[in-house]
Amino acid sequence: MSSSKVQTSTSTGTSDASSSSMAARLAISWAVVGVPLAYGIYETVKKTAALFTG
Amino acid sequence: MSALSFLDRERSVAGPGYSRWLVPPAALAIHLCIGQVYAFSVFKNPLVAKFDTTDTAIAIVFSIAIVMLGLSAAFGGKWMERNGPRKAMFLSAVCFSAGLLIGSVGIATEQLWLLYLGYGVVGGIGLGIGYISPVSTLIKWFPDRPGLATGMAIMGFGGGAFIASALSAELLQAYTSLPADQLPIDALVPAFVTLGLGYLVFMMFGVFTVRVPPEGWRPDGWSPQANADNKMMTSASVSADNALKTRQFWFLWIVLFCNVTAGIGILEQASPMIQDFFPDEVTPASAAGFVGLLSLFNMGGRFIWSSTSDYIGRKPTYMIYLGVGAVLFFFLATAGNSSVLVFVLLACVIISFYGGGFATVPAYLKDMFGTFQVGAIHGRLLTAWSAAGVAGPLIVNVITESQRDGGATGAAAYRPSLLVMVGLLVIGFIANALVRPVSDKHHEETTVESGRRETAAVGSAGKEGPR
Repeated sequence: MSSSKVQTSTSTGTSDASSSSMAARLAISWAVVGVPLAYGIYETVKKTAALFTG
Repeated sequence: MSALSFLDRERSVAGPGYSRWLVPPAALAIHLCIGQVYAFSVFKNPLVAKFDTTDTAIAIVFSIAIVMLGLSAAFGGKWMERNGPRKAMFLSAVCFSAGLLIGSVGIATEQLWLLYLGYGVVGGIGLGIGYISPVSTLIKWFPDRPGLATGMAIMGFGGGAFIASALSAELLQAYTSLPADQLPIDALVPAFVTLGLGYLVFMMFGVFTVRVPPEGWRPDGWSPQANADNKMMTSASVSADNALKTRQFWFLWIVLFCNVTAGIGILEQASPMIQDFFPDEVTPASAAGFVGLLSLFNMGGRFIWSSTSDYIGRKPTYMIYLGVGAVLFFFLATAGNSSVLVFVLLACVIISFYGGGFATVPAYLKDMFGTFQVGAIHGRLLTAWSAAGVAGPLIVNVITESQRDGGATGAAAYRPSLLVMVGLLVIGFIANALVRPVSDKHHEETTVESGRRETAAVGSAGKEGPR
């Protein structure tokens, strides 16, 4: 994903720090939307099971 | 309004180190919320009981919201392009949340018109602006894979219905003090307030996360020249007003209309249809499971097919949706009653094409008209969705009823309407085949100039601090 970032001209140390901070931000952001979506899909899959058992 | 200046487009330009992969979650934060509208039916029976009115009077709430979605997407697109995604997402969040809160006042005071005004009109504006708000930005961040990017966001609209359906049922159960055999009418107000406030917070995550790329930004290793050989991908710009003057826009309108009409025709009748096809094998409970399975394929198709279109091209992708779709519809009409498995498989693939059609169209518009005002053009194209929302159920219901009046039963009653859908898909297939690159006369005169500006701006991109 590094190629997708807006380029900077900061020093390597700052770049590493901002890189790990961005990785954490990415993980949190995807979790914020991924967890509710997974919950919704799980509940729907449970309902869908009735097609094969009902 | 200076307190809200952080919403301005120029204040939402990405700073150094910002990853474009933060934009899809920002878009999903909006679409996962506004997808709630497709789970409105969870509230239908309690609302009918609360207002002591008819099913139709409550169904109108949903209809108003969908009409307002289409109107606000069509007329709000240019405003959105001028003001940027952050302001548009903010407006969407405020309207959608306010719609639920005003609706809760209407329920508490038993004023049905307030529910129409709140959830229907105000909330519907939030739906339309929210639906188109991230599209243009995603395409600008992912010029190399626009289908993947818009597929992720528009998949969220389907996923939002799953979340809201389960969450709303949980909220009604948690807030009611009535026995389980009674409708939870006392839980409607707190459920609407909880959803209104909860969605506001969740959508604000999208507002604060989204960024527009610095002028001239492009992914490493990609340049607009990468698509120079592909005549079906323009590097020019066509304005929203000029797009309406092109044949391409109206061919794509027909394509979307035909694809959505056919899909809605099945979705709207899914439960009774499978029970009528297999009266001895399918129970109401398993029919509900079939509806759930279709919604999973609807959502999955949005992501998978739209992503695939980045590799095989938009026009061939719609050839599959419409051409293969027509063949599958024909088999559904003529051999769908041979076994439950065949029926379910055919319907699932057809519905995945339906979802894919929604998700792929922004990238198709970008290919035809460029990124300049693609969000506004997309908003105007969505009027095809509104029209199909009326035509699809009407075709199936009217034809099937007339067949039943003539004595047809089971699968035979549905056959003519399914064959009409085959005809519609063939019309869509022809319209798609007629799509050609847009004539130069519709291109913005400033395209070359802005291209120069973009090139010059590359060196200064990313100089603003992180926000």
